[in-house]
Amino acid sequence: MCGIIGVIDRSRQCMDGSKIREALASMDERGSGEGSGYVAYGIYPDYKEYYALHVFFDNIREHKVPLEELLEKWGMIIHDEQIKTYEQPGLRKVHTPWRYFFRPNPSMMPKSTSPEEDIITSLVMKVNSERNGALIFSSGKNLGVFKAAGWPEDVANFYRIQDYKGYLWLAHNRYPTNTAGWWGGAHPFNLLNWSVVHNGEITSYGTNRRYIESFGYKCTMQTDTEVVAYLIDLLVRKHGLSEEMAVRAFAPPFWDEIDRMQKKDQELNQALRLAYGPALMNGPFAICVAKENLLCGFTDRIKLRPLVAAESGDRLFISSEEAAIRRIDDDVTNIRMPSAGEAVIGRLYA
Amino acid sequence: MGEVRINAKDMPYQALNQRVRALVASGEKDIILDNVLGQRFIGDGIRGEDVTITVNGVPGGDLAMFMSGPTVIVNGNADHAPGNTMDNGKVIIHGSAGDAVAHSMRGGRIYVRDNIGYRGGINMKEYQEKRPILVVGGAARAFLGEYMAGGLVIVLGVDGVTPVSERGVGSGMHGGEIIVRDRIDNTCLGGGAEQKKLTEDEKSAIRPILEDFVRTFTIDPDPIFSADYSKIVPASRRPFASKYTWE
Repeated sequence: MCGIIGVIDRSRQCMDGSKIREALASMDERGSGEGSGYVAYGIYPDYKEYYALHVFFDNIREHKVPLEELLEKWGMIIHDEQIKTYEQPGLRKVHTPWRYFFRPNPSMMPKSTSPEEDIITSLVMKVNSERNGALIFSSGKNLGVFKAAGWPEDVANFYRIQDYKGYLWLAHNRYPTNTAGWWGGAHPFNLLNWSVVHNGEITSYGTNRRYIESFGYKCTMQTDTEVVAYLIDLLVRKHGLSEEMAVRAFAPPFWDEIDRMQKKDQELNQALRLAYGPALMNGPFAICVAKENLLCGFTDRIKLRPLVAAESGDRLFISSEEAAIRRIDDDVTNIRMPSAGEAVIGRLYA
Repeated sequence: MGEVRINAKDMPYQALNQRVRALVASGEKDIILDNVLGQRFIGDGIRGEDVTITVNGVPGGDLAMFMSGPTVIVNGNADHAPGNTMDNGKVIIHGSAGDAVAHSMRGGRIYVRDNIGYRGGINMKEYQEKRPILVVGGAARAFLGEYMAGGLVIVLGVDGVTPVSERGVGSGMHGGEIIVRDRIDNTCLGGGAEQKKLTEDEKSAIRPILEDFVRTFTIDPDPIFSADYSKIVPASRRPFASKYTWE
């Protein structure tokens, strides 16, 4: 299981985290208290041009200085502070969350066409694979992931998620099945402005991982979901596919369906499956992906996990359960179950 | 005894279901749950043919699981698997339902006014006089009646809606029947299932079920009674005999 919910306000009106917390907590049964998390976009307007790096330190004294030395080598720390947390009886604080607002130095990667993003990506991969007591779990601009091993309401209270105001939220309640629950394994997974929450399991993980690692990404979180964040970064940011096409590559039509398509569609879908065969994801999944201007939900191509979409004014909601959406807004309309493999996308108006 | 109302607003599902069970045990026959929002397992395992539970709101998953006898009326949409392994009784949903409606159902009836999600009627079964029935007013999604071993699924596609337009209908079924208004496109037929026109005799046999359905939801009966139907049944008793066993 696992419970997910996402909401975007297309006119960029901000919502505080209190209702998201309630919605996620209403799906407590979908989790096991071993991982919950939230991501909010638009929370750092004063530092919006800098990368907000959220870091879990095992030990501040030992692990903070080496990370800062590395960051200073690749750019400049504009500001840093401990992420405020509030002790919860049901949650053991095993890491200290910290935030850095960081400006990478593009001259450090002269051959890259997107040096800032490549510096951030390589820093995240380096730090997280070396496991030196620091883990960068959030690395986008004007957004932040807040996660821990605990129940949705405890994790929300731990970070006082209601104090953050964002125009786009994702939240996840984890029921770990294949690997142990830990702070880094909680969702959302984030890289640059991409965030991912996922219910289910990706049985093609081995293939997907080998594929994505051949492009320099490193999978370090001991769970299948992070591969989705890297795949969408590769296909959309690096290769320039639309989000719709990326979802089509992840959960493509069956060959017999492609055979029945009109010639033009047929050629497109054949090309996509041939080019991105190793990005095809098998197994049961319902996934929500966010970046700074959109929310996108989709399921595996035989729809083995639930996903409901609904609208209210400028807001698009996507969740595992209709009732969770109604916890936030009971006046939703156009409640629907997206088709298997269909991308449901809400974009900012401007 | 008269009706008993419970305000389920913000009530955890455990507390709500304990209340319902206690009320049924004490002989209450008419229980109304207001402001239901996401509470799971409502009506699970309860017995008593003369008990009615009315759910006002959107209940959580596995509504009426293992239920034997009562009637559950939902004024709202239901989540996944209402009627999961239900033994007897009736579930009436004035709205739509999620995936795996009537999952492994073994008796009784489920009526859904609007649509159902994927894998409706998965693993439904029957034994002697026990024959579960699922009737859907609108449309059903892919893999309808997957692995069905018995029972009856009817999808009416009221108001000209295509009853099923997705793949895998009756995939792996080896018992029971799926009846749809008009017929499904053959590309939607799952492996091991075949489609046949419903004969006039067979249509008369399901007429009492359809009459009960249109009465329940006050739907115009004429288009339903005058329509043609087809049935999807197993192509053989053991559709995958050669796939998993060697003889």
